[in-house]
Amino acid sequence: MKILVCISKAPDTTTKIGFTNNNTEFIGDKVTWIINPYDEWYALVRALELKETLGGSVTVINVGLVDNEAILRKAFAIGADDGVRIDANPTDAYFVANQIAEYAKDKGFDLILTGKETIDYNGSQIGGMIAALNDVNYVSLATKLDVAGTEATVECEMEGGSEIVTLQLPAVISCQKGMAEARIPNMKGIMAARTKPLQVIVAAASESLTEIVKYELPAEKTGCKMISPDNVDELVRLLHEEAKVI
Amino acid sequence: MSVLIFAESNNGKFKKSTLEAVYYGSKIAAQLNTECITLADGSLDAAELSSLGKFGAAKVVTVKHDNLQHLDAKAYTYVIAETSKKVNASVIVLSYNVTGKAVAANVAAKLKAGLVAGAISLPDTTNGFVIKKSVFSGKAFAYFNIKTATKVIGLTPNSFQAIATDATAIVEALDVNVPADQFSVIVKETIKSSGTISLTEAELVVSAGRGLKGPENWGMIEEMATILGAATACSRPVADIHWRPHGEHVGQTGITIRPNLYIAIGISGAIQHLAGVNQSKTIVVINTDKEAPFFKAADYGIVGDAFEVVPKLNEALKKYKAASH
Ligand SMILES: Cc1cc2nc3c(=O)[nH]c(=O)nc-3n(C[C@H](O)[C@H](O)[C@H](O)COP(=O)(O)OP(=O)(O)OC[C@H]3O[C@@H](n4cnc5c(N)ncnc54)[C@H](O)[C@@H]3O)c2cc1C
Ligand SMILES: Nc1ncnc2c1ncn2[C@@H]1O[C@H](COP(=O)(O)O)[C@@H](O)[C@H]1O
Repeated sequence: MKILVCISKAPDTTTKIGFTNNNTEFIGDKVTWIINPYDEWYALVRALELKETLGGSVTVINVGLVDNEAILRKAFAIGADDGVRIDANPTDAYFVANQIAEYAKDKGFDLILTGKETIDYNGSQIGGMIAALNDVNYVSLATKLDVAGTEATVECEMEGGSEIVTLQLPAVISCQKGMAEARIPNMKGIMAARTKPLQVIVAAASESLTEIVKYELPAEKTGCKMISPDNVDELVRLLHEEAKVI
Repeated sequence: MSVLIFAESNNGKFKKSTLEAVYYGSKIAAQLNTECITLADGSLDAAELSSLGKFGAAKVVTVKHDNLQHLDAKAYTYVIAETSKKVNASVIVLSYNVTGKAVAANVAAKLKAGLVAGAISLPDTTNGFVIKKSVFSGKAFAYFNIKTATKVIGLTPNSFQAIATDATAIVEALDVNVPADQFSVIVKETIKSSGTISLTEAELVVSAGRGLKGPENWGMIEEMATILGAATACSRPVADIHWRPHGEHVGQTGITIRPNLYIAIGISGAIQHLAGVNQSKTIVVINTDKEAPFFKAADYGIVGDAFEVVPKLNEALKKYKAASH
């Protein structure tokens, strides 16, 4: 099993979000950056589990600038064998997907795993784009993944429930909760991470198809109207007459 | 040129999210002065197909194939991409529900079209093609400009309300042959979730957390949901300890929803929970602790014990429902 896990960098979930430069730029300098949780907890750990039972290798890949190497090293500490950083600013989903697709196309990966979405731009798009660009099979929002020979069995979310499907490898699969249990790197892993190979690759010629022109913070809630627990009829009235939701 | 909308059905009826997408697509077609065309499953009955006219479709083109009854990202992508060429689509709209997330990005990459994954506004075409989208798990919005001639939009469910007229659409069968090698998955088992109302589509959601003490106490929550015609949701710990099914878990690591009304009972309002629900239009919080962070994100709050407040509220809601019918 040769597995490629796509790792992105995201602001820690408790980050206070702010913008500068006339609301065109995210203020990233005070942010604690983490591996996007879906990539770390589900995609990476399931890849490691598959390698442990079936043999093979787990490579992590990131499209980003040099600061992103910290998250690749963290992935090494958790257990990835080696890593690739494509040296470019990840300007939009198509650009990122194209970089990964270009890198992966002649390397013979059986599986490419992504997280369900990044917690900053919440796109859920990179996996599908890689699959389309390299013309391989794709299952999104997977909660379980097993492999036997060249066939994968995947449980995934569906409108109104879930489904268990089989498909042929190579495949791209986007991973979410249920797939695996998060692993905490141990001392041995952290030591080994320093010397694992991290290859830096020049970006392929590509373009962005979208751009962010402006950000905006949501309007503050005007304050919570408190209602006495002895006066639930008042809540019902407000929901009907003021909020008009029932 | 045209705007093409991908329609999805369940038990022979179009999904609510599809009606929203058709309505939304028809508004874009009007903006661009072009035709609104919907792609639908040809095995639906004729009346249902033409009913999309009510929500703004001028034409419904259909494709029929037994293996398209189940989601198959590759095959769906093929059908949508082929259809978009046949109808010369400049904009393709899909609801960004579970199906949309499986398909929209593939379609966009196949056509080398820019994608907005989770639109919550119509495009502003005064300077480009700019669409608003929620980012940072509901903590901010970003305006995305699509730079390509062909555009793909994944529309966030519940962001537009489909308004019906009495128009009907013409229905036309389309000749799209899906090569066998485009079918990529074999379905082994389909598991329907227990709730009758899908959580992402629900306009009203009743949700409860660890404050309820145990799974045996969910009767009053389900009762409230039944009275209101709401879906039920829960906080993550409650799903983790199996008090409630995982499909109900909302938040950062669970499902993101944006109902008109979210009632949170015995949930503290941790930032990771809020990430999944903070786009709800109205939030009601019931909690014994007046310092619970959820009150800061709420519109209406009751400081009180769920075991006393919820039964009383259920009675009040029943009374209201009885009077309003
Ligand atoms: C990376 C990460 C991701 C996470 N993702 C999610 C996620 O997706 N979704 C999610 O929900 N959580 C998530 N969490 C967990 C989150 O941080 C909180 O721990 C969780 O939301 C708390 O659940 P709760 O509100 O049900 O329980 P608690 O925090 O224990 O709150 C229970 C509340 O009930 C109130 N209460 C007690 N008794 C009563 C009563 N009788 N009547 C009324 N109120 C009562 C209490 O005052 C309290 O406010 C995540 C955490 C991390 C670190
Ligand atoms: N810059 C990046 N480098 C590598 N992988 C990425 C990058 N951005 C996103 N991904 C992967 O794509 C998944 C979905 O991201 P998105 O489509 O942006 O929501 C993430 O969970 C990652 O696995």
